[in-house]
Amino acid sequence: MPSKPMTMAQKLLAAHCGREYVSPGEFVMARVDLVLANDITAPIAVREFRRIGAKRVFDPSRIALVPDHFIPQKDIKSAEQAKAMREFAAEQSIVNYFEVGRSGIEHALLPEKGLVCPGDLVVGADSHTCTYGAIGAFATGVGSTDAAFAMALGKTWFKVPESFKVTLTGKTRPYVTGKDVILHLIGKIGVDGATYKALEFSGPGLDGLSMDSRFAMANMAVEAGAKAGLFPVDEICLRYIAARPLGSRAAGWLASSAAAAGGSHISADTGASYQQSVEIALEDVELLVALPHSPANVRPAREVRGVAINQCILGSCTNGRLEDLRMAAAVLDGCSVHPAVRMIVIPATQDIYLQALKEGLIEKFIRAGAAVSTPTCGPCLGGHMGVLAAGERAVSTTNRNFVGRMGHVESEVYLCGPAVAAASAVLGRIATPEEVVG
Amino acid sequence: MKARGKAWKYGDNVDTDVIIPARYLNVSEPAELARHCMEDLDPGFTRAVVEGKIRGDIVVAGSNFGCGSSREHAPIALKASGISCIIAKSFARIFFRNCINIGLPIIECPEAADGIDAGHLVEVDTDAGLIRDLDAGTEWKSRGYPEFLEGIIRAGGLVEYAKSILNKP
Repeated sequence: MPSKPMTMAQKLLAAHCGREYVSPGEFVMARVDLVLANDITAPIAVREFRRIGAKRVFDPSRIALVPDHFIPQKDIKSAEQAKAMREFAAEQSIVNYFEVGRSGIEHALLPEKGLVCPGDLVVGADSHTCTYGAIGAFATGVGSTDAAFAMALGKTWFKVPESFKVTLTGKTRPYVTGKDVILHLIGKIGVDGATYKALEFSGPGLDGLSMDSRFAMANMAVEAGAKAGLFPVDEICLRYIAARPLGSRAAGWLASSAAAAGGSHISADTGASYQQSVEIALEDVELLVALPHSPANVRPAREVRGVAINQCILGSCTNGRLEDLRMAAAVLDGCSVHPAVRMIVIPATQDIYLQALKEGLIEKFIRAGAAVSTPTCGPCLGGHMGVLAAGERAVSTTNRNFVGRMGHVESEVYLCGPAVAAASAVLGRIATPEEVVG
Repeated sequence: MKARGKAWKYGDNVDTDVIIPARYLNVSEPAELARHCMEDLDPGFTRAVVEGKIRGDIVVAGSNFGCGSSREHAPIALKASGISCIIAKSFARIFFRNCINIGLPIIECPEAADGIDAGHLVEVDTDAGLIRDLDAGTEWKSRGYPEFLEGIIRAGGLVEYAKSILNKP
């Protein structure tokens, strides 16, 4: 039994440094279960790995390298970066390297493949690594040098964070998803409202939040400055884990955890101490939009109807999953993308793309006049596959809208969920689904 | 650590997309990144970098400096531009961590961040815990780092820290 009640963050860190209890503010050296990098962060990580003088990674099965940002290789320099990562994977016998055509956006791909387990400690050279908090893993974004350290040593240093409790009650309205819930929170607390803290979601409202919604929420924890965005491991999570590929780490975890003392459910102890708390009544969450140029500049979509747009992006590690595609396709059904709008749909993984094809969603998008792309981060960071010119505006299901995020410094990005994105693409202006579906 | 240079002053929420725009993330050489540092926010700064005029200058900023991406390219660009240290009201966590790891001194001091005037000559002495605006004749105390972080800084950054662990007999 632990000596004092702990939050999920404390529990997960304590477990990974062999301690019964850790206090917020303490520095610990903790063993990591997975280290990840992508095509733009891996080259520097490899360079620093060499400078450390390490010859082999600590465990080739615990590294994941995913080409996704400027992929398929958008220019010569990007191709060289991708090549450097590919060659390192081969040199180190890293099996979890996913080549173009057999890959996806890292934070959609890795949970899908069962590479991350509840209770894991994951560091990734990408800020949206916090996404895996949705499956009860302490997962956090770090820089390339940190990733190199972890690849060499299998552990890294952490300052144990304070936790910020977000209690969810009630049920969401139609078309409202986890994206709206997290935008609601960021709008409330600001882009540094949870800096250095672990957001921890709890409450009966969780019962109505699907895994795709939870991934979107955990994904954007970093946009409030948080170190992690943790969900308890409940039945909804366990059903997701049970559906992971046979032979995957996650499948193995489920088999062994059910027999383990604590069982497979992971949550904070009763009486754990939180530095801050907030309650969100889900029925109060509207369809929201984050206006330029901050994810915290949040307003109800109905208040910004009428803002004309040139582009719509449906995709990313935030909202490129099946439920997002299904919802957008349902809103678009029978309609056409507005003549002045370029709609670009990017399923987040090959499996999602295939399933969307089987369900007829891809056909719906194409017949409506949308472009459908292979999985890539592409336009989210103004890389490729939908960059904006001066004076252009996009609605996007991505996660950041700082100045110049998607292209020219004089372009604008409005962040939203899949329903608002699809409705806006049809009407050529920011719109809500009832205006289209009627 | 001692530093002295001109203050380049910025506001709140200076994000990693303006520190180094994503269109330059297909390179990783520090000198190349430095040539595009702050390009979308302050072309005057970028020009000064290219002209070799940022020798030891200091960035002074508001809250949440370095928010956004984990891209290490951001502190790498700032360090390679010639900036000797960054003083801010507060830092975003991944950026703060990256600066410690690569040996770019950062100081969280709200009073100095507010009080220093843009363009003034600033002096920093982290051992003495002092920040001075030499042109205005004002001075502030700065807190040291927690001992653990001091260890990484004294080692010279995370790579050196890692070497010391790996080379332990």
